[in-house]
This record gives sequence, C-alpha cells and structure tokens, in this order.
Amino acid sequence: MTGNEPTLCVENLQTYFYTKSGVIKAVDDVSFTVDKGEVLGLVGESGSGKSVTGFSILGLVDPPGRIAGGRIRFKGHSLTTLPEKEWRNLRGSRISMVFQDPMMTLNPVLRIDTQMIEAVTAHENISRQEARTRARDALGQVGIPSPDERLKAYPHQFSGGMRQRVAFSIALINKPDLIIADEPTTALDVTIQAQILHEAQKLCRDTGTALIWITHDLTVIAGLSDRVCVMYAGRIVEAGGINQVLDTPHHPYTYGLIGSVPSRNKRGAPLAQIAGMTPSLLNLPPGCAFRQRCPRASRACLTEPEIHELKDGRAVRCFHPYEEEATA
Amino acid sequence: MLAFTVRRLLQSVIVLFVMSIIVFLGIYAIGNPVDILINPEADIAEQEATIRRLGLDKPVWTQYFTFLTNVLQGDLGTSFVHNEPALLIILERLPATMELAVGAVGLAIIIGIPAGIIAGLYPDSIIGRGIMAGSILGFSLPTFWVGLMLIMLFSVMLGWLPASGRGDTVGFLGVQVSFLTWDGLTHIFLPAFNLALFKMSLVIRLARAGTREVMLQDYIKFARAKGLSNVRVIGVHVLKNILIPVVTVLGLELGSVIAFAVVTETVFAWPGIGKLLIDSIGNLDRPLVVAYLLMTVTMFIIINFVVDILYSLLDPRVRLGDMKA
Ligand SMILES: Nc1ncnc2c1ncn2[C@@H]1O[C@H](COP(=O)(O)OP(=O)(O)OP(=O)(O)O)[C@@H](O)[C@H]1O
Ligand code: SF4
Ligand SMILES: [Mg+2]
Repeated sequence: MTGNEPTLCVENLQTYFYTKSGVIKAVDDVSFTVDKGEVLGLVGESGSGKSVTGFSILGLVDPPGRIAGGRIRFKGHSLTTLPEKEWRNLRGSRISMVFQDPMMTLNPVLRIDTQMIEAVTAHENISRQEARTRARDALGQVGIPSPDERLKAYPHQFSGGMRQRVAFSIALINKPDLIIADEPTTALDVTIQAQILHEAQKLCRDTGTALIWITHDLTVIAGLSDRVCVMYAGRIVEAGGINQVLDTPHHPYTYGLIGSVPSRNKRGAPLAQIAGMTPSLLNLPPGCAFRQRCPRASRACLTEPEIHELKDGRAVRCFHPYEEEATA
Repeated sequence: MLAFTVRRLLQSVIVLFVMSIIVFLGIYAIGNPVDILINPEADIAEQEATIRRLGLDKPVWTQYFTFLTNVLQGDLGTSFVHNEPALLIILERLPATMELAVGAVGLAIIIGIPAGIIAGLYPDSIIGRGIMAGSILGFSLPTFWVGLMLIMLFSVMLGWLPASGRGDTVGFLGVQVSFLTWDGLTHIFLPAFNLALFKMSLVIRLARAGTREVMLQDYIKFARAKGLSNVRVIGVHVLKNILIPVVTVLGLELGSVIAFAVVTETVFAWPGIGKLLIDSIGNLDRPLVVAYLLMTVTMFIIINFVVDILYSLLDPRVRLGDMKA
C-alpha cells in the first residue's frame, strides 16, 4: 500500500433492488474517489441514490437490494469481495456513518453510555471502564457540556442538535478513516447546521479523516467540500472541484440546481425551479434520464450519454453540456 | 411516584367497593342456597334455625351490610359447605393456581418471544410461516379441547406425562410447590403448556409485529453501522424495544390467565382455586364465590399496578407521574 493511495475508491458501482415489480437501479455505474482528509460532496435530489451509495460502501444494503456490480476499494483493499464478518469489523471502526434524522438514529430505550460503549467494545477488547472514559471524551469533543452526566441520559432528553452531536461522537469514537454523513444537518436549524459543518471540516483537516457529505442542497457544501459529485437517477452526471462546478456548471441538471439555490439568485427574483419530477427508477426509458426535464435535449439524447473526462479533473455525462460562457 | 401510588390506592378501594356490591347482588340472583344446603327431611323449625344461623332470613341489604362489616374486619365469610373461613380455603388452594399461571406465562415468554422474533426476521421463510400458522391454531382451538388432546397424546398414547393432579410437592417459602420435584414438574408441564398456548400465540404476534417494525428503524441501521454483531443488534436493540408491548400485554393478561385456569384446572384435575370456584358455584356456596371474585379483583388491581411500574422501568420515556392512574 503506497502513501498516496486514496482512502476510498468506488468504481462502476451498481446497486440494484430486485423487487417484485422489477429491478430498481438505485445506483448505476457510479465512480469516485475520496482522498485522505478530503471532503467529497454528494449532491442530488430525493431518490437519486445518494443514501444507497453510502450504504453500499458500508455493506448495509437491505434486501431485496444488493451490489450487482463494480468495485469498492478501501485503503487499497477490495470491500465487495470481503467476507461479511470482516466488512462488519470495518463498520464503525474504519468507516462510519451519520444519518439524516437525529431523532431516529439513537435507540430510544438504551442509555447514551450503552450505545457509545458498545460501539467501542464491538471492535476492541477493552474494559467497560476504559470504553466509558473514551465515550465521555468523545462527547466532550463534539461540544456536549458535562459529558459525565449526559452519558447516563436517554436520547429523548437531548435536543435534535445535541442528538446529532451524539451521533457524530459515536461515528468518531474509533477514529475512522472515512465518515459518510448522510444529510446530517437537514433536520437541524441553520445555526446548528453551520456549527456542525464547521466542526466537521476542522476535524478532517486535523485528523486526515476523509468525509463524504451527502446533501440535496448545494449551498450546504459550498464552503465545506473540496470536490462534488452530482447524482441524478442513480448516476453521476457531473463531477469536479466545488468552486468550478458552482461557477460553471456543465450539466443542465446541475445548472438547474444552482439556479434553484436562493442565495445565488438576485434578491427578490423568483426561484428558478427544475420543471418536472424525478423519473421512476423502475423501467427507466432508454437514453438520458434527464431528457424529459432538459431544456437542451435533442434526438441524440435518446441514446445513453457516457461520462466524459474534461480538463481540471472535471467530468460530465451529457451530449450538450453548457460551456463556460453559458453562465453569466 | 408517591402521588401515583396514592391515587391508584384510592381508585382501587372504590373499584373493590363497587365490585363487592355487584358480586353480592349477582350471586343473590343465581339461586337460593337453602334448597341445596338443607336436608329436605328436616322439620320446619330445624330449617328455620339453619336459615337464621346463615343469616339468610334477613333482607339482602342487611345481609350485604353484615358482609361488608365483616370484610372490613378481615373476615370474608364462612363457607356454607366446608364450614371454614372462605379466605382460608382460597389461600390454601391459591399456590397451586399461581404456580400454574406463572408456569404458563413463563412458557409463553420463553417460547413465544424467540419464535416471534424469528417469524419477524424471516416473515416469508417456511419457518416464519410455520410459526404464524401455529399461533393461529393456538388462538383458535378451544383450551379444553387442546387439553384433552394433550392428555390423549402424551398421557394415554405415549404414556410420557401424567394426566392429573399436582404430583409430589415440597415446601418452598412456606407454600407447597410442584415445580421443585421431578414428579411435580412432569405433572405441571402439560397443564401449564395448555394454559400457555393462548398467551404464547399472543406473544408470538406481538413479538413478530414488533420485530418487523423495529427492524426498519434508523436506529437499527445505525446500530449495524457501528459494526455490532447480529446477536447484539437483535438481542439488545430489537429485544429491548419489543419487550415493552410484550410485558405490558402479558402483565395485564396474567389476571386472565388465572381466570382461564378454571378450564385447565378442571381438565387436568389441578387442585387450584379455579376448580374450587366451579365446585362452589355448583354448590351455591355464596361466601366462597364472593370471596373468590373479590380476591381475583384484588389480584387484577395489584397486577396492573406492578405492570405500570415495570413499564416505566422498561421505557425511559414514560414517567409514572405523567401516567393516568
Ligand atoms: N429498500 C428498498 N427497496 C426498494 N427500493 C429502494 C430501497 N431503498 C432505496 N430504494 C430505491 O433507491 C432509490 C434511491 O434511494 P436513496 O435512499 O439512495 O435516495 P436519496 O438520494 O438518498 O434520497 P433522499 O434525499 O430522499 O434521502 C429510491 O428512489 C428507491 O427507489
Ligand atoms: S444528454 Fe441531452 S437530455 Fe441529457 S442532460 Fe444532456 S442535453 Fe439534456
Ligand atoms: Mg437519503
């Protein structure tokens, strides 16, 4: 293993749900890498396959879903060929995840200390007392006051923001190499959101932890991530450095997403909306999945566009991408 | 907690009082014990003496009032038939019923919870479907019929287990119990299983429904994302959540287990209070029937109280102070 091996390398990942009514290609041909200490944004509207991508990396895709193709390499080791037990050993110790709804992620009938200590003892053979000390320190680290007392509390005794901090501290407790944060701030108010974002960013810089930040809101990751992948209907349609993508989006979908972000509009101007709805992933028609909603669609778009590598590490999956001058 | 207890106690007294009136009037309506108790050949003077001795010549309200005064002094009346204090007779038989009921609930839990969890985890598998089919049978087959079938199969045809009685008993904390002797165990197994069947089916359904619901929760996925083993996820995270409804319902049902024991005790000739009740109703032994019913109501009240406390211990979100008593 060389020093500049990326923390995570996903290649042509396909995660399909084999339901009674047909195959749902929730993730189809998704590739990206995340380097040590890097923050990768994963953006897309609801149902675009962001969470399923995250669960695939953890090996937690629920039946009837499974990884149907592609490779996931973590620090040079292939995860997809790993026996379940070894994959489980990585979960929560080397790769951890924070979920969207802090009200639902903690078990309501178990005390915080139980839920934190088990996260440690599942991976390390240490005494409860040591694990407890570590849990207390982890709570302190995410800014929870009087952690010793709070350890004895139950989840319902915390506010939503505090619960998300607890979830983060559980994710951090074993000093993982990669954290997948699945819209962790969506359910929180703006101030707390900003605090958590700031702390997450600082953490990655300080410890070299790689971070995948999933969101449907581009503004959230504008100041946070280094690179961004835009997903649509299970595929990555555009990828690149966050600033370049925000300044000169190439894909019509990204273009629409940025248009619908309030802060980038002129004050008082009506919000641009992307017309239409996400297509059903069941029986996707052939060709570009964005076709029905795309202002630039042409006959060419009836066939499936491939993803093109552009300069500066950017990539786009479109026959008629916007060029730089298109966004004024 | 204190306020809750006091409130609950006051309510219990009222419930008991109302119950005593209903029971007393009800038993009065069933029939006149004089017809059964008194030798028809006895002369009129003798008959009237007996009626007066039992207090049956007075109007019903006076009889009730006498009864109530006695109860407040701890005297639930004297059995017409046994000529002994009713309470004493019941207390003598109570351990047998309690042992049977606790055994039945224990079996319902030990078999029902794992079976329900398996059925909830693999609802479409053969074993999951089999468990559900079994629970439907347990719900729908009448207890006495299953009891007879159990006797037929295990006692008559296979000869493995005895069909009636308590077997050898030993003293335990001052009462006679069967479950501590091998002979007693073989005697209690069939009736306890028979009595457990209905509750077991109930537990299976609750555990299965709970498991299916809990497994979909984010906190289960989060627990797995922490890298916990399946044993820990199911044995701690799932189990603790499904225990809440199971314990609540089972606790409340413990009273009805005691009530249902009437059937099982009759089928298996188990010498508990259920069998005593049936015999007493047959003899129109008023004091004994009234004492039995009041005892049962008291037991229900105590059980509900204990269940509420257990519930608040299991579910940290519930505090007794907030609960409607
Ligand atoms: N258990 C499942 N069974 C069947 N299909 C599923 C299942 N889970 C996810 N899917 C499919 O995968 C698609 C992608 O789901 P995913 O949860 O990854 O979306 P998302 O991008 O995270 O959306 P959101 O922003 O709403 O969280 C969904 O549209 C759904 O059709
Ligand atoms: S490929 Fe065609 S339809 Fe798809 S986004 Fe590009 S222009 Fe629009
Ligand atoms: Mg999601």
